[in-house]
Amino acid sequence: MPRITVTVDGVTYEEDVEPRLLLVHLLRERLGKTGTPVGCDTSNCGACTVLLDGKSVKSCSVLAAQADGCDVVTIEGLGANGSMHPMQRAFHEEHALQCGYCTPGMVMAAIDLLRDDPDPSEETIRQGLEGNLCRCTGYCNIVRAVRRGAQEMGQAVSPS
Amino acid sequence: MTTQEVGRPRRRKEDARLLTGRTQWTDNLTRPGVLHVMFLRSPMAHARIERVDVSAARGLPGVVAAFSGRDFAGEQGSLPCAWPVSEDIVIPDHPPMAVDEVRYVGEAVACVIATDRYRAADALDAIEVDYEPLPAVVDMNEALSPGSPKVHEAGNKAFSATITSGDLDAAFRDAPVVIDRTYVQQRLIPTAMEPRAVMADTDGESFTVWSSTQIPHVLRVMLAVVTGIPEHRIRVIAPDVGGGFGSKLQVTAEEVLCLLLARRLGRPVKWTESRSEGNLTVHHGRDQIQHIRLAADADGRIRGLQVSLLADMGAYLMLVTPGIPMLGASLFNSIYKMDAYEFNCTGVFTTKMPTDAYRGAGRPEATFGIERTMDELAAELDLDPIEVRRRNWIRHEEFPYTTIAGLTYDSGNYEAATDKALSLFGYDKLRAEQADRRDRRDPVQLGIGVSTYTEMCGLAPSRMLGEANYGAGGWEHASVRMLPTGKVEVITGTSPHGQGHVTSWSQIAADALGVPFEDITVLHGDTAVAHKGMDTYGSRSLVIGGVAVVKACDKVREKARKLAAHVLECSPDDLDFEAGAFKVRGTDQSRTIQELAYAAFTAHDLPDGVEARLDSDATFDPDNYSFPHGTHLCAVEVDTETGMVKIRSYVAVDDVGTVINPLIVEGQVHGGIAQGIAQALFEEAVYDADGNLLTTTMADYLLPSAADLPSFTLDRTETPATSNPLGAKGVGEAGTIASTPAVVNAIVDALRPHGIDDVRMPCTPERVWRALEGVRR
Amino acid sequence: MIPAQFDYERPSSLAEACEALAADDEAKVLAGGQSLLPLLRLRLAYPTTLVDVGRLEELQGVHDRGDHVFIGAMATHDEVMRSPAVTSGCPLVAMATSQVADPAIRHRGTFGGSLAHADPAGDLPAVVLALDGVLVARSAEGEREIPAAEFFVDYLESSLAQGEILAGVKIPKLGEGWGFHYEKFHRTAQSWATVGVAAAVHRSNGTITEARIGLTNMGPTPVRARATEESLRDVELGEQVRRACEQAADGTSPPSDLHAQPDYRRHLARVLTHRAVRTASGSP
Repeated sequence: MPRITVTVDGVTYEEDVEPRLLLVHLLRERLGKTGTPVGCDTSNCGACTVLLDGKSVKSCSVLAAQADGCDVVTIEGLGANGSMHPMQRAFHEEHALQCGYCTPGMVMAAIDLLRDDPDPSEETIRQGLEGNLCRCTGYCNIVRAVRRGAQEMGQAVSPS
Repeated sequence: MTTQEVGRPRRRKEDARLLTGRTQWTDNLTRPGVLHVMFLRSPMAHARIERVDVSAARGLPGVVAAFSGRDFAGEQGSLPCAWPVSEDIVIPDHPPMAVDEVRYVGEAVACVIATDRYRAADALDAIEVDYEPLPAVVDMNEALSPGSPKVHEAGNKAFSATITSGDLDAAFRDAPVVIDRTYVQQRLIPTAMEPRAVMADTDGESFTVWSSTQIPHVLRVMLAVVTGIPEHRIRVIAPDVGGGFGSKLQVTAEEVLCLLLARRLGRPVKWTESRSEGNLTVHHGRDQIQHIRLAADADGRIRGLQVSLLADMGAYLMLVTPGIPMLGASLFNSIYKMDAYEFNCTGVFTTKMPTDAYRGAGRPEATFGIERTMDELAAELDLDPIEVRRRNWIRHEEFPYTTIAGLTYDSGNYEAATDKALSLFGYDKLRAEQADRRDRRDPVQLGIGVSTYTEMCGLAPSRMLGEANYGAGGWEHASVRMLPTGKVEVITGTSPHGQGHVTSWSQIAADALGVPFEDITVLHGDTAVAHKGMDTYGSRSLVIGGVAVVKACDKVREKARKLAAHVLECSPDDLDFEAGAFKVRGTDQSRTIQELAYAAFTAHDLPDGVEARLDSDATFDPDNYSFPHGTHLCAVEVDTETGMVKIRSYVAVDDVGTVINPLIVEGQVHGGIAQGIAQALFEEAVYDADGNLLTTTMADYLLPSAADLPSFTLDRTETPATSNPLGAKGVGEAGTIASTPAVVNAIVDALRPHGIDDVRMPCTPERVWRALEGVRR
Repeated sequence: MIPAQFDYERPSSLAEACEALAADDEAKVLAGGQSLLPLLRLRLAYPTTLVDVGRLEELQGVHDRGDHVFIGAMATHDEVMRSPAVTSGCPLVAMATSQVADPAIRHRGTFGGSLAHADPAGDLPAVVLALDGVLVARSAEGEREIPAAEFFVDYLESSLAQGEILAGVKIPKLGEGWGFHYEKFHRTAQSWATVGVAAAVHRSNGTITEARIGLTNMGPTPVRARATEESLRDVELGEQVRRACEQAADGTSPPSDLHAQPDYRRHLARVLTHRAVRTASGSP
């Protein structure tokens, strides 16, 4: 059984894993990180999206063994000091979630797409979120939220 | 001074935990020693089960038990159908795990119970089943033909029902115009983002079932009926539920079996479905063939409408399967006046997954049928589709209006909603562009689609449900508890799974009690907490459940008034209730409701006959449905070379009556439109001739992402409902009901100069291209 | 769903990886896993061992080598589409790669993995075929170069032998005067190409002198639109191009599936080839 070392939301774990263990199951069932849900088995829905070494990945399509030595950030690791990340706040302000099941993945994908384009157009946002499905919102408010989150993150990092 | 909460775009109380991953999805929950259940499912659409051997599975590491259907034959009962819609209905036995025969691909035939889901998955591979194949029955018309193989002993007809009103023969006799069309409502897979999950546990006497369900209350009753476990020994909890859209309005095989497995093993068990398992076994939606005939005068006035439906039930009748097409029975006439109406429906058994409620449930089908037909009427008479609707719809001064189908529409203003939509859409400008593109023979043609819909929400007046032979009432319940510190608990019988009831109910209670929005919590979805309820479906929650909250708050306020009068030594009639306080008229004497809650708690000085509690229970049962309506306009660009359809703009003006939270209403409409567009363009559950589902994954069953949809332009008109004191009409399904015909009408409008008058849904590029090829030849 | 059991090896060199593969007929290479893991989860594949080559240094990176760009097999789609060597040396590759799946999958999925998977519906095989790429395979016996035209053997089948691992791909650079376009037609953003057309077109004084056209999902392997290519030698932009593109589906045997029947795919190939060639040649 491979032994892996993986850092999740700032905590380092050493785990013996079955080779076939999916990263999302390591997170959910071994580490109790149930904030990251599973929505499909073909990597279409994106509900399980996390950041692996800073880049978005679908944690249902990564083996835990492949994440050995990596840094994972889940939706649970975004905020600091008990406050929400600006993107989480923007989703709240714009009513960009209803049932909330796609939300963790959607927020992670949204944060990822801003690495490329800190001030994305509606078109860029829609393309950037193509790997994340939502069944409740029709995406209108998600697009608005990502715009808002981008602006707030831009302000947060711009020099005073 | 408190501001009014109702009508404010309050940000949702639900969001924080959903946004930070502190969620309680059923699959997140666990119990000490929990075991994982997996089901072996039939790969055959129709077969006799000759042998099931689970012994090899039982011997595998981590496997605690394995069972076949036969092992539970004596106790698993039959999954319920609560809506026997007609006298002639046939309700076949529906064992949760098949015992002798399977009738659709995906039907459970055996299960394994293991220490974790990886071991359980391995054990499934070790179960042996011998099937004796029987012929599949996939097509409804074939199923009804005399020589068809039978799905059930009694035949393939599940039921038939007819509604007639007026003299149809007279309406069609010598009618200058008769439109005769057949439309197909394809089969859909609801696809809530959270796959279903169930956990069951027992202390040896009582049982707790956690389920990703829309209907914890109904489920509890039904689990008791099906299993014989006394109702008071069953507690059902719907934790965070990740969407439903009707798909979790069900009493499922997995719920029954998890409960029975917990009983048999004496241990907690959990089952979580995979998406591909869900595509096979979450009940499907729609699936109708609609034959529609409409007779009209030369000026476009409708004389009569005749509707004949075949509705695919699938292999069994589930909770409300036969009721779904019947929910459209009184809506094909929609907002239009006519002299005669006839509705016939035949429910048909096939060897496919049963159908049941999917967002709109019967009303999208009806709306599609009539709205497509209205466009055909307009084309036949060379009238603008808006104009032909104007000539037929109920004018605002005619409300309340009893329709040809017998429903009484209480309020509405179709003219106002349509005028607003036309102006937002830039209708005339788009028509001009369309003409220009036609003149230029632009390979990309523009189409404009109209849908002026109404629907019936607030399921439902119990008396009407009784007349329809539905197995339950349509009331809803709420309780309000003032806590000693002045905070408030609202307990609702609705069971939200994304609709934001916690926020909206807080707004309602804040206004009714004069307490801050933040001081209110809303409890739901646990039969031990919300002890009475009829749950969430059919856009009923606000219209019935929200009103129950109003009623419960009214009762608390009246109790508080008595107490205030006692404390303030005045007559209750001398008290004015304002901003959360009772004031003695003409004095500066007052008591806040929070102070009175504390007084009730201490009970040091209560008047005679007043109990030491400031709380209440209330139920609400309306006299009538509510009837939201609206006008949706869609512009599409159709690439006539490839058949690709692109939505260019979409405008929706909806009248959902009084709005509690405009943000939530807007969100419901957005999501509804997206699902309706998805039916028009993308989604279809496809079975092959042998009854195999070909769309088992999201790679095959296409759902739109953000990149596939435009932003929608929304507005509202507001004509309050008169059937409830809030004036609300319901909004959960309106977008889905309205949008599908708007999109298809737009596509057909783009192609009509080519001689095309229909494209079957989903209007894939290939279907559009084939329609064009057909007329080019 | 849950994959069946398998062993997992993560060798520290390409040579070790080749050994591990050669030792077990049922072993499979694990690259980014973006195609393989869904197959394993649906239990459509039961390998005994996964040999994880994702981190092998020898397979990383994108390198400008003068007359060609060498793309390491384990370069992710995300790396490839952003690589200056690719965007300047073989921009058609960058354009097509940026349309593979979605951003999260592009972070894990690899250039080599996509090609070795040999899915004719994938976007990259047709592109590499159109550009006459050369696939470099390594095994215990050494290195072998396989022209793209010989690499794709059948549906999901490449000419890689057991024990052989794709090390990278040489993409010849196109010189001056070449334009390019990848025209992908799919029903939703995340669905596979119903048909895709990769076109590179050389222009000179208002005429097309040469065209190279690869077709996605028009047969069990990616195919070249040879008849169209032949007809596009030294033709003027305009009607002649349109007629040449009418031959785009000649000799293809497109699949029938949920999204399209063969005749529709042939039609699409013709229309999309015309669009791709026009765009690649800078026609309005």
